[in-house]
Amino acid sequence: MSRTRVLESADEAVAGIEDGATVLVGGFGLAGMPFDLIDALIRQGAGSLTIVANNAGNGEVGLAALLKAGRVRKVVCSFPRQADSYVFDDLYLSGEIELEVVPQGNLAERMRAAGAGIGGFYSPTAVGTPLADGRESRRIDDRDYLLEYPIRGDYALIAAHRADRLGNLVYRKTARNFGPVMATAAATTIVQVDEVLETGGIDPEAVVTPSIYVDRVVAVRRRNYTVQGAR
Amino acid sequence: MTEFTNATARIEHLDRGALSMDELALVIANDIPDGSFVNLGIGYPTRIADHLPVDGGVVLHTENGMLGMGPVAYGSDIDPDLTNAGKVPVMELPGASYFHHADSFAMMRGGHLDVCVLGAYQVSAAGDLANWHTGKPGAIPAVGGAMDLAIGAKDVFVMMTLFGKDHSPKLVPSCTYPLTGVGCVSRVYTDHAVFEVGGDEVVVTETWGISVEQLRSRLDVGVVSKPG
Repeated sequence: MSRTRVLESADEAVAGIEDGATVLVGGFGLAGMPFDLIDALIRQGAGSLTIVANNAGNGEVGLAALLKAGRVRKVVCSFPRQADSYVFDDLYLSGEIELEVVPQGNLAERMRAAGAGIGGFYSPTAVGTPLADGRESRRIDDRDYLLEYPIRGDYALIAAHRADRLGNLVYRKTARNFGPVMATAAATTIVQVDEVLETGGIDPEAVVTPSIYVDRVVAVRRRNYTVQGAR
Repeated sequence: MTEFTNATARIEHLDRGALSMDELALVIANDIPDGSFVNLGIGYPTRIADHLPVDGGVVLHTENGMLGMGPVAYGSDIDPDLTNAGKVPVMELPGASYFHHADSFAMMRGGHLDVCVLGAYQVSAAGDLANWHTGKPGAIPAVGGAMDLAIGAKDVFVMMTLFGKDHSPKLVPSCTYPLTGVGCVSRVYTDHAVFEVGGDEVVVTETWGISVEQLRSRLDVGVVSKPG
C-alpha cells in the first residue's frame, strides 16, 4: 500500500483544504493548469486563499474561475496582467484582492528552496529596481544580490501527463513548467493526470517528479482548451 | 576631418526611411552569432526567429521550459501543451528539450544564454533597462521573467522604436520609468539607429533615414559614431 493515494474524483482529491490556506497552482497561462482540481476546489468551498502561481488567471476558466468565485485573498505571481486577465484586473483595481509581484525566476527558485530545505538564497534578479526596496542585499565577488526567502505551500495543485500508482509523474512539453518545483514545495501535493498507469508503467529514467513528493493523484478526462493567441 | 566624415557616411543610410519592425528583426538576426543559445522574450523580438538562418545552429530558449523552440504553430499543429513565453502555440524542433521552471531560470541566471532580446519603454546611456511597469497610477505591475532575463544573458539587446508616440526619445540619460535592471543592456536596436550603450555616451553604429547629426540634436545623450 503506497502512501500516495489514487482517488476516484477531483472532489476527493481536494478534500480538506482549509480556509486561509496557501495553495501553489501550476501552469503557465493555461498550459499545465489543473482545471479539474480548481473546479473541485470551487465546489469544496475553501476561501481566503493565498494563491501562488505564475499568472492570475486567463479568461473565466481555471484560476480565473476561482478568483471570480471570490475565494482568493491574495495572489503571489510574476505576471498578473495579460490580454485576458480581466477577472483579476477588476478585483485588483477595486481593492478586493492583494497582489505580490515576484520575478518569475525568483518565484520558481523560492519554491525550489522551500522543497530543498534551503532557508534563503541570494539572487541577482531585481537588484536596483523598485522590487529591491527595503530588502536585504549583499555584495559577493563584486556582484550585488538580494536575499530571497522560500515560498512554501500548504497544498500544491498541479497537472501532469501520467502518473503511476506510486505517484511518479511525467509531464507533457511546456505544460511541465512549475509542476515539478511546486510538487516539492507543498505539505500536500495533489496532482491531476490524463492517465494513471500501473506501478512500473513509467520508465524510471524518464520520471520527472519522483513519487516521494506526491500525496494524491486523480485521473481526469483530457480537456481541449483554446489557447490565447492560437490562429 | 575627412576621415571622420567618410566614417560617418558609411554608417548612415539616408536614401531610405526608418526600418519597419520586420526589417529591424532581420538586422538583429544577422548580428546573432551562429550556434548561440538565444531568448527572444515576448512581443516584437520573437519576430527575429523568422529571420535566423536555418543552418545557423541558433537554439531558441523559452522561459516556460524549452530549448529548441520552433516557429509559431497554426491549425492542426496547435498543441495547448506547447507554447512560447507569450503563450502563443509553437512547434518543437529536432533536438528540443523540456525542463521545469527552476531549471529554465537557472539556465538564464547562471549566464548560460548567449543573447536575449527584449522590448523596452526606455534604456539609459549606461544600459539601464525599463520595460516592466509604466509606474502610472492604476497600472497593474507585471514583471514576468524580464528582471531575470535582464541580468542573466551574456548579451542583452533591446529592440524598440527610438521615439515614443509623443516623439520623445526612449534612449535617455536616465530612465524615468521603474527599472528592470541596472547597466544590463549592451546594444539597442531601433528603427532609426543601432547603439552600443554602457558608458557615458552612446555609440551609434548604423542609422536609417536619419543622420548622426540629427540624432545628436534629437537625443539628450552624448552620441559618438563608429562603423559597426
